[in-house]
Amino acid sequence: MTRHIVPVRTYVSVYAVLIALTATTVAVSRIDLGEFNFIVAMTIAVIKAVLVIMFFMHVREASALTKLFAGAGFFWMAILIVFTLSDYLSRGWLPLGQWWR
Amino acid sequence: MSTIFEQPRVEAPANYLNVDYGWKSWLFTTDHKRIALLYLFSITAFFMVGGAFAVAMRINLASPRGVFSADTYNKLFTMHGIIMVFFFLVPSIPAVLGNFLIPIMIGARDLAFPRINLLSWYIYIVGGIFALWAAFDGGVDTGWTFYAPYSTTYSNTHVILTAMGVFVAGFSSILTGLNFIVTIHKMRAPGMTWMRLPLFVWAHYATALIQVLGTPVIAITLVLLALERILHAGIFDPAVGGDPILFQHLFWFYSHPAVYIMILPGMGVMSELVTCFSRKGIFGYSFVAFSSIAIAVVGFFVWGHHLFVAGQSMYAGTVFSLLSFIVAVPSAIKVFNWTATMYRGSISFDTPMLYAFGFIGLFTIGGLTGLILATMALDVHLTDTYFVIAHFHYVMVGGMVMAYLGGIHFWFPKITGRMYPELWAKFAALVVFVGFNLTFFPQFLLGYLGMPRRYYSYPEEFQVLHVMSSAGASILGVGYVIPLIYLAWAWRKGPRAPQNPWDAKGLEWEKAPSPPPTFNFDTLPIVTEPAYNYSGEPEKEEPLAGEQRGDRHA
Ligand SMILES: [Cu+2]
Repeated sequence: MTRHIVPVRTYVSVYAVLIALTATTVAVSRIDLGEFNFIVAMTIAVIKAVLVIMFFMHVREASALTKLFAGAGFFWMAILIVFTLSDYLSRGWLPLGQWWR
Repeated sequence: MSTIFEQPRVEAPANYLNVDYGWKSWLFTTDHKRIALLYLFSITAFFMVGGAFAVAMRINLASPRGVFSADTYNKLFTMHGIIMVFFFLVPSIPAVLGNFLIPIMIGARDLAFPRINLLSWYIYIVGGIFALWAAFDGGVDTGWTFYAPYSTTYSNTHVILTAMGVFVAGFSSILTGLNFIVTIHKMRAPGMTWMRLPLFVWAHYATALIQVLGTPVIAITLVLLALERILHAGIFDPAVGGDPILFQHLFWFYSHPAVYIMILPGMGVMSELVTCFSRKGIFGYSFVAFSSIAIAVVGFFVWGHHLFVAGQSMYAGTVFSLLSFIVAVPSAIKVFNWTATMYRGSISFDTPMLYAFGFIGLFTIGGLTGLILATMALDVHLTDTYFVIAHFHYVMVGGMVMAYLGGIHFWFPKITGRMYPELWAKFAALVVFVGFNLTFFPQFLLGYLGMPRRYYSYPEEFQVLHVMSSAGASILGVGYVIPLIYLAWAWRKGPRAPQNPWDAKGLEWEKAPSPPPTFNFDTLPIVTEPAYNYSGEPEKEEPLAGEQRGDRHA
């Protein structure tokens, strides 16, 4: 059985990047970017999550099947969010009381 | 099968039951077969508790003005729903028959994670204790759906305690699903390719996917519900800026697929019963196998059909309605394929097959009335009426419980090493079928006429139908008690079962003794033929089998 030995250096540098990104989040929160406040914060959060999943949870070295299952989790969360939003974003559509005119 | 000679008195060979009798050997066992029995006894207990609540409801509804108070009745239907859904239906076939059979069917000695398997039973029991504690300490009255804002703001019953019970039991379900997925991927015997797996295993694989992908959402939803109740977090309660419809979205994201957690394993049982008692291979193996996966996936895209009149947008309602029609297709494929399997088969009418016939008829009625409810305009009329109640009881009781009883009878000789009394079993199957239809068919009519669900009283003109339903429920109750008695008797006193009393195909019948030894097989089996090879013909090269060949690399 082959096991990938991840050098400690990798963990340390990923950890450093995570801390740096946290610092960035805090720093950015002090600047008002208007519309982009949320987008920037979420982008950083997603990058951090991907780093944790890839390196600390070893999905990067995992088999294709494991990657598929890890991806499925996110895909299913996307189903939840997209279809729920499809309700919220379309609440004003199809004005009843006009279609028969 | 039965012999006219006295059974010679010989010591039974060592099996998983007689290997040790001490209580520790049960409570600390990691044998999937013993854990299956732990589940069998515990879910039977929960079924009786949930059934007792149903009996109380049907007594109340025999008279238009009710017997109990409105508050009591609210608690009765809530506890009936919660116990039956989360503590009986969800674990029933997977945790009992799946646990017992999957390793044997694929030629393995146990599940991939035997200790996690035991842990999942303990978690289930802890969740069950929470729910029972809530039930007997005043109860809960939100309905099994826990809808906000009633559950978050107004109910003064044990909402959080009950939700805790469901939350905890959810982890048991996740662990069982995880265990099945890994086992089916990693522990198949040599020669047991994906396309040779019994369809029971395919159905459980699909079920396990839903358990793993869906259950976390109900867990987090119930946590949010508790946060809303305790801290007024403003997620679901409109008074503090929340949205009660969001609760319905999150709740049904799990709870609609959970319907398939409850029915898919039953469909898996059906494929085994229909092939065995028709003496034929399944018609369209890959269609039946992949329709399970299709149900698992598409089942996640339809939950909005529960929100048609809740304030969901017209656009979302239309999309969810169309998708709900699509999810009926794979279920229909299964029904057609079982029917085609029976066509020109040499059918025998043993008890498990009687339940299989019941399943096909009742599940078809349950499924087709689901399409009526998925039609938006009709649903406006039928939402929250007894039509809905009748619909899902046809699926859950007429489908799942029938399959469960059929499966219990079919594998009873394997599980216990004994035969049950066939005449009593046939009689009970008939009583169950008659009682079931008398209970629930009138509810279709009641719902169509406008009787709303969850009401403790009703106008006089509904009484005839309600009394019919209550009368049916008492017959159905008898139909459930009879098997309990003769199966308990047969377990101790029934005639010894041979290894393969049905002359069935499958490793559990052909390679494992009845009951199996602790590690299932004396020598590990090698699989050389497709599933359900009742005709004994050599394997036809299915187009998909080629793709699967490469997946067992070292
Ligand atoms: Cu549904």
